[in-house]
Amino acid sequence: MFWNEEIETMPRDELEELQLKKLQAIVKRAFDKIPYYNKKYSEAEVYPEDIETLKDIEKLPFITKDDLRESYPFGLFSVDIKEIKELHSSSGTTGKPVVSGYTKKDLDTWAETIARGLTMMGLDEGDILQNTHGYGMFTGGFGVHYGCHKIGAAIIPISTGQTRRQIEIMSDFGTTGLIFTPSYGIHLGEVALEDGIDPKDLGIKAIGFGAEMWTEEIRQKVQDIFGCKAYNIYGLTELMGPGVGIECEAQKGLHIPEDIYYPEIIDSNTGRTLSENTPGELVLTNLEREGMPVIRFRTKDLTKITYEKCECGRTHARMSRITGRSDDMIKVKGVAIFPSQIEKALLKAGDVEPHYMIIVTRPGTLDEIEVKVEASQDIFFDGIKEMMAVQDKIGKSIENETGIRVKVTLVEPKTLPRFEGKAKRVIDKRNLH
Amino acid sequence: MKIKQLSIFLQNRMGSLSNPLEALSDADVNIRAMCMADTSEFGILRLVVDDPLKGKDVLEKNNYLVKITDIIGVEMNDAPGGLTTVLKIIKDNLIDLEYLYAFSHDKAEKAILLLHADNIDKLIETLGENNIPIVPASEVYNL
Repeated sequence: MFWNEEIETMPRDELEELQLKKLQAIVKRAFDKIPYYNKKYSEAEVYPEDIETLKDIEKLPFITKDDLRESYPFGLFSVDIKEIKELHSSSGTTGKPVVSGYTKKDLDTWAETIARGLTMMGLDEGDILQNTHGYGMFTGGFGVHYGCHKIGAAIIPISTGQTRRQIEIMSDFGTTGLIFTPSYGIHLGEVALEDGIDPKDLGIKAIGFGAEMWTEEIRQKVQDIFGCKAYNIYGLTELMGPGVGIECEAQKGLHIPEDIYYPEIIDSNTGRTLSENTPGELVLTNLEREGMPVIRFRTKDLTKITYEKCECGRTHARMSRITGRSDDMIKVKGVAIFPSQIEKALLKAGDVEPHYMIIVTRPGTLDEIEVKVEASQDIFFDGIKEMMAVQDKIGKSIENETGIRVKVTLVEPKTLPRFEGKAKRVIDKRNLH
Repeated sequence: MKIKQLSIFLQNRMGSLSNPLEALSDADVNIRAMCMADTSEFGILRLVVDDPLKGKDVLEKNNYLVKITDIIGVEMNDAPGGLTTVLKIIKDNLIDLEYLYAFSHDKAEKAILLLHADNIDKLIETLGENNIPIVPASEVYNL
């Protein structure tokens, strides 16, 4: 099943021709309308007319999350604010978050990418999709929502949480498709079983999951619990949201809608472009974006790409599932967290240079974070009540900063490891790689 | 009059009490009284020692987090009702005690009660008005 057969199965030479036209147009647009690109490209002495082949994209400098943050909030918009119809934001590493702005056309393009994906997963207008991704500034919720509208399926915008209600609705409404993070999905399945409902009997046809790191074993587990296939969905707010890559029936990599996103794989250290099937950092370019063109964005996500035609008939590139990060970002409960955010939260709570360690575990099916913080004179009081209040204050500050509830443990001074050079602040015991 | 108590932050794990105590003993600092307040993860060790400043210095050299807190010691009868008499006075004067601990004195039939309240000056004043003898700090350090 195809949503847009002509595009999705387009011979590669034609696809590349289309990509080149779109790339030339977007680079010109960015250069002409956005001072950031104009300055950056002028400094690098590369101009829109230098893009004569797709390969010429390599002449353009990269854009990073830091660049996006420096342009906060609307510095990368190429249209007047009256053309912007929706705004989303993802957490920043430090300081300001990153904003993503969408015109009406951008929202439609976004929906198109998800529509192709849902169709790949075998869903159509006859289906009922229960979306457990959070609705809000997080793009996971609305991205899926718009795509679902496009294919004409019914969407249940239930968001995350209220697990028993989720199960009741699945059963009463006859949900046929589910969207969740793998760990929440496993949790849902386990709660259903506790309540005497076998998730296999619910009639779920397909599951879309993403927004956190997972392994093939986790996929297998989800498929066993629900008795249907589970498909990987990848995306990031900076580029648009979910829909940058979605798996088809074959489950052999995520199809990137290449008429909308241009992918490259680079060596994180040298910035050099790598060839097909070589693992490296994913770099993405919006080819269709009207409101906020993002060109050569370093995702920091590690993967590899193949251009081989898929057994489903699609000709677009496929990326492997993300196997890691080139920076120290961790994904917990689907939310991206940087150690620097924890650091910022600690500074807000205690106003001292903190020594801390982040320990991520998955004792059952759900992620847990413990933040160990060395106590210091500024946060030491001669009272249990006061000390509990300190822990609580740190916990709240971290939750404000990251959106995640963590366990805070105060430890004695100088008991956490010290580092020379780059600190290793995270111990991930989930074993997801 | 006020006693300088050492409050030490400790993690609640096996053996965490012995290291700071050993450090004090190695430096020849003598412990007069102690009490421990704890949660499942951390605790606060409260010590009255013969030389509080030296004790603090020794512990800090061993990387411990130490605060000096003012407390007071009152003498009470080492007999049933001795403690309640003192506590009733404190309660009737609406003073919120943070914590207390007690130990027996070499003086016959007397015990010393160590008290901490946020408003320690009011506590001293109230006890004085009610003729409860407050033990000089030097006496507690040199028991």
